[in-house]
Amino acid sequence: MPIFRKPAFNIGGNAKKLQIPAGTFQACPSCSAVLHQIELEQNQRVCPHCEHHFLIGSRDRLGHLLDPGSFQEADADMEAVDVLNFRAAKSYKDSLAEYQKKTGLKDSAIGGLGRIEGKEVSVAVLDFAFLGGTLGSVAGEKITRCIEAATERGIPVIVISAAGGARLHEGMFALMQMAKTSGALAYHSAARLPFISVLTNPTTGGVIASFASLGDIIVAEPKAMIGFAGPRVIKETTHQDLPPGFQTAEFLEAHGLVDMIVHRKKMRATLSNLLGYLHQEKRAA
Amino acid sequence: MNVIPLDFEKPIAELAKKLDDLKRHLRGHDIDLDPEVRRIAAHIEKTKRLTYSNLDPWQRVQIARHPQRPYALDYLRLAFTDFVELHGDRLYADDRALIGGLATLQGTRCVVVAHQKGRDTKENIQRNFGCAHPEGYRKAMRLMRMAEKFDLPVVSLIDTPGAYPGIGAEERHVAEAIAVNLREMMVLKVPVVAVVIGEGGSGGALGIGVADRALMLEYSWYSVISPEGGAAILWKNGSQRAAAADALKMGAKELKEFALVDQVVPEPLGGAHHDHAAAAMNLRTAILANLAELATVPMKELLAARYRKYRAFGRYAEGTGGGASQDGTGGLV
Ligand SMILES: [Zn+2]
Repeated sequence: MPIFRKPAFNIGGNAKKLQIPAGTFQACPSCSAVLHQIELEQNQRVCPHCEHHFLIGSRDRLGHLLDPGSFQEADADMEAVDVLNFRAAKSYKDSLAEYQKKTGLKDSAIGGLGRIEGKEVSVAVLDFAFLGGTLGSVAGEKITRCIEAATERGIPVIVISAAGGARLHEGMFALMQMAKTSGALAYHSAARLPFISVLTNPTTGGVIASFASLGDIIVAEPKAMIGFAGPRVIKETTHQDLPPGFQTAEFLEAHGLVDMIVHRKKMRATLSNLLGYLHQEKRAA
Repeated sequence: MNVIPLDFEKPIAELAKKLDDLKRHLRGHDIDLDPEVRRIAAHIEKTKRLTYSNLDPWQRVQIARHPQRPYALDYLRLAFTDFVELHGDRLYADDRALIGGLATLQGTRCVVVAHQKGRDTKENIQRNFGCAHPEGYRKAMRLMRMAEKFDLPVVSLIDTPGAYPGIGAEERHVAEAIAVNLREMMVLKVPVVAVVIGEGGSGGALGIGVADRALMLEYSWYSVISPEGGAAILWKNGSQRAAAADALKMGAKELKEFALVDQVVPEPLGGAHHDHAAAAMNLRTAILANLAELATVPMKELLAARYRKYRAFGRYAEGTGGGASQDGTGGLV
């Protein structure tokens, strides 16, 4: 980036010196503008200066997408089980407790029924803040139930992904969530019901290699990192330089995976429009 | 074939060498050392039993990766007959790391899809070490759809460290190729039997692994991530691979106990590489038995059972408190 084109409010490397109180201000990683948390929240966590899309919590996400008060959460109390008694540098139990405390979430996914401009949808959201949004038994079960509920009710499914992949702490149970969710989509699809997959930063590994890639329509947020293998692993394996913009939403649109890139603030209107094209709600008899 | 001993097999190999030397020495000498020969032979048998009945997960991984382990084409030669390889995904290329075609298993015609590793450096470059590109998964899907059209059961032989992490693989969406296979295999209208014959590396393995019956050879591994990858991410230290192999529960026995696989197929003592022919016979027997059972199940029931099986995978706790969304049906009723 040219150094003479820094935007207003840029304090660049001085952020530390100014000792900004943690949690009140935040420097935009893209344009370095210092943003007040309230300003950022009011703008759906998009930088008002450069349109950088920050991570956003799953509940805030639904708040911006769904009609106010329409969300009926399902399985809100579902929690992970340490089935492998998993212990690495840290134990899985400790990690779960830590992230539950940090995020106020039970696990990485929330799901349920809601409405977008009046249209009923079954929706699930992954939250990157909870153990990297990883797909374990809880997320897999919640997403599968969302899909099955949609199939039963004859309504569309929307899944919004933000995930580092399958949850390693659950071993093969995590891997099998890929088959479970994808299989549920086979039946939803056979019922000729729409599935819209929304890819946000980042969507990788076992999540992009299962339900997230199976949308009738695949929508991505700008600049979202989307890919199967991590860039470091690819570099180490291939000893090649990665092409510019590799594994960004824009790269994947150019390479034919992503149908459209949609700004967060246009997501609700866009999803509503797509649902209007693909799905006619059954009229009351 | 001279079997290359793994580190933990060296005591056995040394004893075997001692026995050979002794036997050679005896030839042409008129001395009776039979008791000594018998003593060493017995000691070898005991050491073998002890070694192979106490293998740790990492040792099992080493057996699964043994350079002399039989690969898919070996099984296609030894357990199947009349394999006709079919090439290409009709879209971009032919992936030599994931092969497929028509084959006969004791009179049963089937479609086989399989990862294929190389035996030497030259072949491994061709086979990309068994790491498939998107073309491999799309070729497999094309062949499975053909199987469905002509009512042939599918046999999938899994043996991959993982799908290939490369630039081209990403540009042509290996993740999407795997995802489509997961969805379509769940509703494929022919019986599917999958067997992990060596390494079952994550999505790259599962991408041809959704099956009515999932089998594992005794010393194969199947995991959400390789031991090395798991160590790098969860221990931040690649040298913790043995600890990762243990923690991830990737062995056939453990996965059978979790009911994540349906059957463990026994291998010759010490691993399939000690006796390719015997390993192939075990594999054939197991696949045939499963295909025979599945052949009698009406299609509707077969698909329902396949979905039910995968649907049940997962361990979680449901809330026990009051409220509308805690009875497992949530707010969805
Ligand atoms: Zn910015």
